[in-house]
Amino acid sequence: MDLMLEVKNLKTGFDIDGQIYHAVDDVSFSVEPGKIVGIVGESGCGKSVMSLSVMQLLPKGIGQITGGEIKFQGKNIENYTNNQMNQIRGKDISMIFQEPMTSLNPVFTIGSQIEEIILNHNKISKAEARERAINLLRQVGIPRVETIIDEYPHQLSGGMRQRIMIAIAIACQPQLLIADEPTTALDVTVQAQILELLKKIQEQNNMSIILITHDLGVVAELCDEVIIMYAGKIVERTNVDKLFYDPQHPYTKLLMASIPRLDIEVDTLETIQGIVPSLKNMPKVGCRFMDRCPSAMPQCKTITPKLAEITDNHEVACLLFEASNSEKGVS
Amino acid sequence: MLQYTIRRLLSMIPLLLLISLVVFSLAKMMPGDAFGGEIDPSNTNPQYIEEMREKLGYNDPIIVQYGRWISNFVQGDFGKSTVYKKPAVEVIAQRIPNTLFLAVVSLIFTYVFAFIMGMYAGRKPYTLGDNLIATYNYLALAIPSFVAGIVAIYIFSFQLGWFPFSGSVGIGLEEGTFEYYVSKVRHVLLPALVLGLMGTASYTQFLRNDIIENGRKDFVRTARAKGTSESKIYNKHILRNSIIPLITFLGFDIATLISGAVITETIFTFPGIGSLFLESVSRRDYAVMMSITMLLSFLTLFGNLVADLLYGIVDPRIRLD
Repeated sequence: MDLMLEVKNLKTGFDIDGQIYHAVDDVSFSVEPGKIVGIVGESGCGKSVMSLSVMQLLPKGIGQITGGEIKFQGKNIENYTNNQMNQIRGKDISMIFQEPMTSLNPVFTIGSQIEEIILNHNKISKAEARERAINLLRQVGIPRVETIIDEYPHQLSGGMRQRIMIAIAIACQPQLLIADEPTTALDVTVQAQILELLKKIQEQNNMSIILITHDLGVVAELCDEVIIMYAGKIVERTNVDKLFYDPQHPYTKLLMASIPRLDIEVDTLETIQGIVPSLKNMPKVGCRFMDRCPSAMPQCKTITPKLAEITDNHEVACLLFEASNSEKGVS
Repeated sequence: MLQYTIRRLLSMIPLLLLISLVVFSLAKMMPGDAFGGEIDPSNTNPQYIEEMREKLGYNDPIIVQYGRWISNFVQGDFGKSTVYKKPAVEVIAQRIPNTLFLAVVSLIFTYVFAFIMGMYAGRKPYTLGDNLIATYNYLALAIPSFVAGIVAIYIFSFQLGWFPFSGSVGIGLEEGTFEYYVSKVRHVLLPALVLGLMGTASYTQFLRNDIIENGRKDFVRTARAKGTSESKIYNKHILRNSIIPLITFLGFDIATLISGAVITETIFTFPGIGSLFLESVSRRDYAVMMSITMLLSFLTLFGNLVADLLYGIVDPRIRLD
C-alpha cells in the first residue's frame, strides 16, 4: 500500500542571531491512507513546527527545512517552490489551526473565505462555489447557513469558527488533513463536538489525519497511531492500544501517570520534574530527556538513542532497549 | 447609522461655539484692527475716526462685539471683506474651485505614490528598496515646502520650461474652451506634484508597518494553507486590513482639501484659499480670516465624522449606532 505521507530524517531549524537551532531534529514517520496519526508532546517539542514544515508554512526568513525528505503520495515535496506548494495546499493537504479566533480574516465574510479555497483549486463560477460553500457549512453542522454565510467571523463563537475552519479545510476533499491542536482553544463540551465532527468527516471522505495535540484523551478517542515527541525528536511510536496499555519510553510512562484517572483515587497528580531544555541549550549528544528521566544511566549522556522497533509496530528511542543503542547496533 | 450621524452633527454645535470663541479672541488679540479699510483714507481727523469706530461698533464691550459677530455668522452673514469690498462669503467661494482642484490632484498623487511605495516596502521590508523608500519619505517630510516648491519651479519651469510657475490659468483664455482646461491642468500639476509627493511619508510608512504587522497574523497563514497566491494574499487579505488605519488620515485630508496649502499656494501664486488666508492675515481682513478659520474648523470636525462613518463601512467589526 502506498503511503500517504512519508517524512524521513526531517530537520527544521530556526535562525536565531545567525545560528540555526533545530526545533525538529531528525524526525521520521509515515502516515497511511485513511489513518489518524496523533502527534503528542508538550509545548515547544516541535510538533507544530513539524506540521508547518510539511505544509511549508514556516515563518519566512526565520524557519527553514535544513535536511531530510517529505514525500507526499510518493512525490518528494520538500523542495517544491511556493507556486508548486500552492497547487497542493488546500487541495491535497489541508490544515486546521489552534486559534479559531484569529485564523479567519476579520474583514471578509464567512462565505467568501470558504469560496476562496474552492475557487483556488477549481475552475467553477462564483455561484457554484457559493453553492458548495453552503453544502460544506451544512456538513460541518452550522445552523442558519443562509444567514451565516454572509456574516463576519467576529459574529461567531470559537466553536463555530473552528467549524468554519474545518469547512475550509475539507472544501476540496484533501487526502491529508493536518489538525494542529484543533480543540485546545475551545471549551470542553465544544471540544467533544469538534472531535466527533472530524471523525465523521474522516470516515466519510476516507482521508488521513495528522492530529497534533498535547491531550492524551483526544488521542485515545480518535487516533490509530501515536507519535510521542520530546524536544524535537520522536521518543516513541506505536498504535494507540499499545501506547496506553504498554508504554515503554520513560517519558511516555510519566505522561500516562500524569493523566487523572477515574478508577484510582490519588491525592496529588504525578508531574514530570524539570523542564524541556531550550532550543539554544539542547545537548549535542545523548538523550534529551536524561535530566528529567527517573531511569537515566551514565551512557545516556554520551550515546544518542535512536528510534528502533522493539516489538512489532512499536518503536522507542531509549537506551533501556538494546535496539536503540546506536553504538551497539553498528558493531 | 443615520441616527449616529445626526447625533454627531448636533454634538458639533457646542464644539463650534467654543472654537468661535477662540477664533474671535485670537483675532481681537492681533495688533491693529480692520477699521482702516472702512473709513475714508483721506480723512484722518481724529474726531472722524472716533465717530467711525463708534459707528462700526469697535468701542462696544468685547462680549457685545462677539455676540454681534456670532449671531450674524449663524445667520449666514460672514461679514464684509474690507480688502475686496465684497461679502467675505463671495471672496471665499470664488477661490474654492481652484483650491479643490489643486487638492484633489495632489491627493491623487499622494495616494498613488504612497500606495505603490507602501505596498512594496511592506511586502519586502528591510530590503534596499524599502530603505530607499524610507529615505525618500523622511527627506520629503523634512524638506520645507517652500524649499521644495522653489526648487521645483527652478527646475521644471525655468530650466526645462515644462510647466508655468504662477497663477491657476493662462491669461486671455476664454472659459469653457479646450485650451482653457488644458491650461488649468498645466498650472495645477507642478504645485500638486510638490504637495502630493511631500505628503506621502505618513501614508507610506503607516501602510508599510501595518502590512508587515498583518503579514504575521494567523489569518494570513490560513490563506497560505488554502493555496492562495502570494500576490493575492498581499493585495487582498493584508491590504484590505491595512487600509483601515489609513482612514484616520483621510479624515484630516478633508479639511486639507479646502485649506489648501498656505505656503505652496503662495509660492506658486496660486489663487486658492491658502493664499487668500495668508493675505487676509497680513491685510487685516478680519471677516475673511475668521470665516476661513471657522470653515476649516468645521471641516476638521466634519472630516473626523466622515472618517468614523468610513470605519463602519470598511471594518465589519465596527457598527455605528
